[in-house]
Amino acid sequence: MSTIEVKKITKKFGEFVAVRDADLSVKAGEVVCLLGPSGCGKTTTLRMIAGLERASEGDIVIAGKRMNELPPEKRDIAMVFQFYALYPALNVGENIAMPLHFEKLSTEERNKRINSVAKILHLTEVLDRMPGQVSEGEKQRIAVARAIVRDPNCFLFDEPLSRLDVELRHSMRGQIKEVLSNLSKATVIVTHDQLEALTMADRIAIMKDGMIEQVGTPHEVFAKPANVFVASFIGTPQMNLVEADLKSFGKGVASIILGGSAVEMAADPAVSKLRPSKVMIGIRPRAFTVQDKASKDTIHAQSELIEPMGAETLVHARTKTGADIRVVVPREKRVKIGEILHLKPDAKQTHFFGEDGMAVRT
Amino acid sequence: MATSMTIWEKLGFRKASRVGEAGWGHTLWAALVSFIYFLPVLIIVITSFKVQNEALSVPAKFFPTSFFGLIPEQYVFTPTLENFTSVFSRAFTTGGAVENTGFDRYFFNSMFIAGTSVLLALVIGTLAAYGFSRYPLKGNDTYLFIILTTRMLPAIVVIIPIILMFRIVGLSGSYPGIIFLYTAFNLPFTIWMMKSFFDELSLDVEDAARIDGSSELRVFFKVCLPQVVAGLAATFVFGLILTWNEFLFALLLTGSDTRTVPVAMNQAVAGGGIGVLWGLLAAIETLFLIPVFLVTFFLQNHLLRGVTFGTVKR
Repeated sequence: MSTIEVKKITKKFGEFVAVRDADLSVKAGEVVCLLGPSGCGKTTTLRMIAGLERASEGDIVIAGKRMNELPPEKRDIAMVFQFYALYPALNVGENIAMPLHFEKLSTEERNKRINSVAKILHLTEVLDRMPGQVSEGEKQRIAVARAIVRDPNCFLFDEPLSRLDVELRHSMRGQIKEVLSNLSKATVIVTHDQLEALTMADRIAIMKDGMIEQVGTPHEVFAKPANVFVASFIGTPQMNLVEADLKSFGKGVASIILGGSAVEMAADPAVSKLRPSKVMIGIRPRAFTVQDKASKDTIHAQSELIEPMGAETLVHARTKTGADIRVVVPREKRVKIGEILHLKPDAKQTHFFGEDGMAVRT
Repeated sequence: MATSMTIWEKLGFRKASRVGEAGWGHTLWAALVSFIYFLPVLIIVITSFKVQNEALSVPAKFFPTSFFGLIPEQYVFTPTLENFTSVFSRAFTTGGAVENTGFDRYFFNSMFIAGTSVLLALVIGTLAAYGFSRYPLKGNDTYLFIILTTRMLPAIVVIIPIILMFRIVGLSGSYPGIIFLYTAFNLPFTIWMMKSFFDELSLDVEDAARIDGSSELRVFFKVCLPQVVAGLAATFVFGLILTWNEFLFALLLTGSDTRTVPVAMNQAVAGGGIGVLWGLLAAIETLFLIPVFLVTFFLQNHLLRGVTFGTVKR
């Protein structure tokens, strides 16, 4: 069975802890994205799975076998590197054939395998060229071809699309997803691009400062962020995170002071467990409806900056206490700079975060 | 937009700000400077075709033919191959018997000793450089520094202890002795050169090879080494030129059987008693030039070619 289990792995470089107690399991056929800002330890985690870095603590189990002590060449994995890492002195065909070296195939069988992956990835024409003579997109596809030419336990991708331009990135995303879906192997993709993660992954693990903050389906991490970091990291434009005072809670409605005015807001029943305290309210910019006049469930803010985004318009507004609120309104809705907006948040898309930064949710 | 040409541009000089192929003006300048650099070599080669009194004549006779009377007679000499035959065999006294000078042996010695020691240094040095680059020792830089200190002193300073060491172990005057010495002499340079080439390579490529199932040996031979071919060629040529021309160690540490050309050349010229035979000397030098010239010529493609083909650029 092609699975990956990462159990409480930690990586220390001297005093610096790059990865702390990371837990992750990837089922056969599942694609998991490690997502996080630069330097959060996601590539280190991937390199530990590959065996290119040794885990300081914890276990790495691939296909049911503990692999901690095994060098990369014994782990039976395939990896695609960020900078492709093609062998400059070998031509494209030889590059793709490199992983087959130890399988002792006949020349005929070997060529068959190379030609079949070359066909899948549209590389048949460039097989005789050197890596320096092919385009960026082709280099990327060669790297993928080299990974899938064999039948390894699992696939690892390190920022596979970061070097491509926007258009190529779109088409490669689709191609890689299609190729992976036909292989039913455990796959880990490292990326810092949330769009890439949301579109390609079955599950996303969000990392920050060496810790895995949340693991969930793309839908879960977007709709139910576990904490303030995940809430702020996933989604564009970024979720509004505003400090507020929780006064009381009753009958599913929380009374809070937000931006200098009292607001009554429908909230998750779990909020009732919070004592009156400072909380963080998270509301997606698309979860507001602009009301004509003030009422007790609206937030008041003055528009400061307007950014048309095509189909929608992004409005930056500021509350009396200076908190910045981003609102996405339909294109038809004309907002003027300096106008006071009465914003009614959608209760289902409003998140309460306690003082510890964790989501308060049933 | 009116583009006015300056007088310099009309003469073929390119605008300083523009990038592209140089104009004729710059090219001529470069040709002139190159010619001045090349002049000593040219004079040697021309002199090797002159007999003694033509070699000494003032003004110098520069042309082998008068080009159908275009060049005045006093600048024209009659080319002869006599010097080249007398490199290998000649009469040592006027009217004496023609004897073998032993220069065929000395040329073989020079090629054998320089070739073997530079290749040996290349093999050992490349392995060492890979080690220093990929598996650094504690205090790696200190080791590298110590390696280089062996080349910081002039040869004349270290020659006495070296002669003593060679006498004691009985390597003095033998092929292994001088070959080992030149190997040691070339190693620091080889290690530093090759280390810088290995340092340039992308580690990802090696990691990829490991994941693709390659052993460390295969990573080195199949992945790393092909990427540093230009480095190997350059190091080989520079090492060869240095060793080929080395005089002092060869003078003191080679015997009559293992003598190299620079030493033999010195003796052939100094031992005459009838003054320096310029034509003969020039002929030896011309012959001596040919092997390094050929090696450099055939390796120059590698010397000039970039290594990485742009696959691992960051």
